Amino acid sequence: MSLVMPLPEQAILARREELLARLRAILPAANVIADETARRAYECDALVMYRALPLVVALPETVAQVSAIMALAQEMNVKLVPRGAGTSLSGGALPLEDGILLGLSKFNRILEVDFENRCARVQPGVQNLAISKAVEHAGFYYAPDPSSQIACTIGGNVGENAGGVHCLKYGLTTNNILGLEIVLMGGEILRLGGKHLDSELYDLMGLMTGSEGLLGVVTEVTVRLLQKPVLARGLLLAFPTVEAGARCVGAIIARGVIPGGLEMMDAATIGAVESFQPCGYPLDAGAIVIVELDGAPAEVDHLVAQVEQIARAEGATETRVSQSEAERLRFWAGRKNAFPAVSCIGPDYLCMDGTIPRGRLPDVLTRMDGLAKRHGLRVANVFHAGDGNLHPLILYDASKEGDIERAEKLGADILRLCVEVGGVLTGEHGVGVEKRDLMGEMFDETDLAQQQRVKCAFDPQHRLNPGKVFPTLHRCAELGMMHVQGGKLPFPELPRF
Amino acid sequence: MRLTPRDEDDVADAIRAALAQDAPLSIEGHGSKAAFGRATKRERILSLAALAGVTLYEPQELVLTARAGTPLRDIVALLDEQGQQLAFEPLDHAPLLGGARDDATIGGVIAVNASGPRRIKAGAARDHLLGFRCVTGRGEIVKSGGRVMKNVTGYDLSKLVTGSYGTLAALTETTLKVLPKAETEETLLLRGLGEEKGLAALRKASGSPYEVSSFAYDPREDMAALRLEGPEISVVTRRDELAAFLGCFGAATDFLRDAESRAFWTRLRDAEPVAEGEGVIWRVSLAPTDGFAFVERLRRAGAPVLAYFYDWAGGLVWLRLATMADAHAPAIRAIVDALGGHATLIRADAEIRTLVDVFQPQPSALAALTRRVKEAFDPRFILERGRLRAEF
Repeated sequence: MSLVMPLPEQAILARREELLARLRAILPAANVIADETARRAYECDALVMYRALPLVVALPETVAQVSAIMALAQEMNVKLVPRGAGTSLSGGALPLEDGILLGLSKFNRILEVDFENRCARVQPGVQNLAISKAVEHAGFYYAPDPSSQIACTIGGNVGENAGGVHCLKYGLTTNNILGLEIVLMGGEILRLGGKHLDSELYDLMGLMTGSEGLLGVVTEVTVRLLQKPVLARGLLLAFPTVEAGARCVGAIIARGVIPGGLEMMDAATIGAVESFQPCGYPLDAGAIVIVELDGAPAEVDHLVAQVEQIARAEGATETRVSQSEAERLRFWAGRKNAFPAVSCIGPDYLCMDGTIPRGRLPDVLTRMDGLAKRHGLRVANVFHAGDGNLHPLILYDASKEGDIERAEKLGADILRLCVEVGGVLTGEHGVGVEKRDLMGEMFDETDLAQQQRVKCAFDPQHRLNPGKVFPTLHRCAELGMMHVQGGKLPFPELPRF
Repeated sequence: MRLTPRDEDDVADAIRAALAQDAPLSIEGHGSKAAFGRATKRERILSLAALAGVTLYEPQELVLTARAGTPLRDIVALLDEQGQQLAFEPLDHAPLLGGARDDATIGGVIAVNASGPRRIKAGAARDHLLGFRCVTGRGEIVKSGGRVMKNVTGYDLSKLVTGSYGTLAALTETTLKVLPKAETEETLLLRGLGEEKGLAALRKASGSPYEVSSFAYDPREDMAALRLEGPEISVVTRRDELAAFLGCFGAATDFLRDAESRAFWTRLRDAEPVAEGEGVIWRVSLAPTDGFAFVERLRRAGAPVLAYFYDWAGGLVWLRLATMADAHAPAIRAIVDALGGHATLIRADAEIRTLVDVFQPQPSALAALTRRVKEAFDPRFILERGRLRAEF
């Protein structure tokens, strides 16, 4: 394990008792978890290979309590890590030994559903799927649907700008929220946006979304609600190779069709899924593509015919169109089971999350294969093919000496490859600690310094979730320095202007 | 004085020179929005017009990269050849602010987060900027984001620069998500419902499954308008279903087909129903249910409303009022503060735009954070000093 985190500060560890006493003055005794066994439950998120025992776990129930805790943390110079359901795959909620872990699980209420304005105000600890459940009786839903949607919470979705399988058509979290209430380090409570569209000045709500808990703690979210499409139909398309599948995906979009869902799986994943829980995927296919078309029935039928024709022209060996809702769900069942299925052939896997320009997919897969062979490991692939988001699942065996390290090295090589072809390190899982040390592959020092200056505008002491996202921490005073000579021109008026 | 850098390095040199002399710069593409924002001296203009050209366009990937000074009309024409578009329908400020039509640059469009009547369905400019390059007010060349749809690598600074009016950085290159154009469109018109019921019909339609892409109400014509886009077969079916769905309102219905419908929404996009004639013009963003309440209260407060209309199902109100030294800002802002939302003074004489807050004032903690964010990019207030706020 190669992760280096900021060293615990002795001055903070020495004041633990004082911190506990002051937290107990803010919260009911049961909401301050100091006992080691109970704290163990919080030692990691879904990136289980990294663990740390938090100094203390605080579970506030009101915004006033969050504010008081953040004011206390600022005053005592104690670090603070926010956590929702702990489903982060990038270590965003990895605790710090000298930090408070701020659990938002008690913020679990839907405060208001406003159908006329097509929005709902919810607390950050509400599960993603619970929002859709609460409004489905009226025919509405909340669009972003990350795979972890039965567990993950909306506050974490905002932190990671969570996506899902429908984002090509319906957008990510950032496109589906209208307002936030946030608390800054020091305890200030701010409201950004509301039930109206568009921010009045700087779009700080947009900035907060995907900021991985480094800028502020989200205490309320106003989400947009969408009306469920009248009809959704699925197509299951089989191709001899991943290349052919990728070409078909490109051809669908080139024809002006934006499907509600557009997913691809390779042969390794198909095999794993079929042995885990058979759902009728063709085992001899090199790749399968699932297309979901939704909307008015007349339009869906029209598009289904169009996509079927494109698929045949691109060499599909099999095209199935769902004839019932049950069949459509069956097409998806395998895709939704892909992660647990792959873990059965693993025994362990590391889930990567690069995004690439879709057209580079065949090339990236060939080279990924080569990289896997070089590291002596196997990779199974699932893709959000519509938006170029790859989830290579690196198979390894944690009980084997050196396997974890090999898997991590292969993962890093795969992400470097994504960046090299014009893509990015992470599409929807976040940088966290997992990809922190690869940020230099995408950004130079100047880019990263500018991002950290934004951090300084929110949290000048670097107390909120430090050690995540940025490979090196710079003091804000140092980042703020300007080297401009007063009155003297470093660049005399140039003839070209 | 006018600086016309040829490339990004020139832009960085110009900003560093300005820093050294403490000589603030106004940033301009083609100058179509020069009369927008707080009035400033504009003594030194940094023109990005020479940074023009589309550097990448891959229709299959739904992505386009253009230098900041690229004329919007060139981008629109290029996309049109492939049956694609900028789905956020950037409005043309010419009818509102004067100047030649169709003369915006993509950098300016992003800088003001210009978005049109498709806002509810397709999002704003901020939802379509995937990445950018810029020179900050520190004179440093910075990039952020990327060219792919899904990306959480680092802070989403694309959201921050969109709608920042050039106060954080001079954009040099923008990468945008582009989308297929609809095969056809139609508009369902409901007449004679009166304002309150007409708006209620829009809201009901916005909660329907018929995928309406725009929702407007024009009080002068007493007409609610609903746009449907897509393949012909789908548009026709949805139009009839939507008309039946709204049948309970008992309105006289009418349709606008294809080109007629397009022209109708272009006129609304550019706020033409309020643009012509004397007076100050405001754009007010509210919860859809508050649009009507806002106009009612403003009338009751005695404000001389000359023309207005609603877009975004009532969530956007465009108004023209008789000219006054305070542009009626106190009355408008008091109502907006009570309801939640914001009001922007879009058109007024420079003198008025010096005295009146063009943008909605913020509570003190938010105003302080906004200023710190400004300082993170431009600590000496060298870019567009005073354009957004008197204090920076």
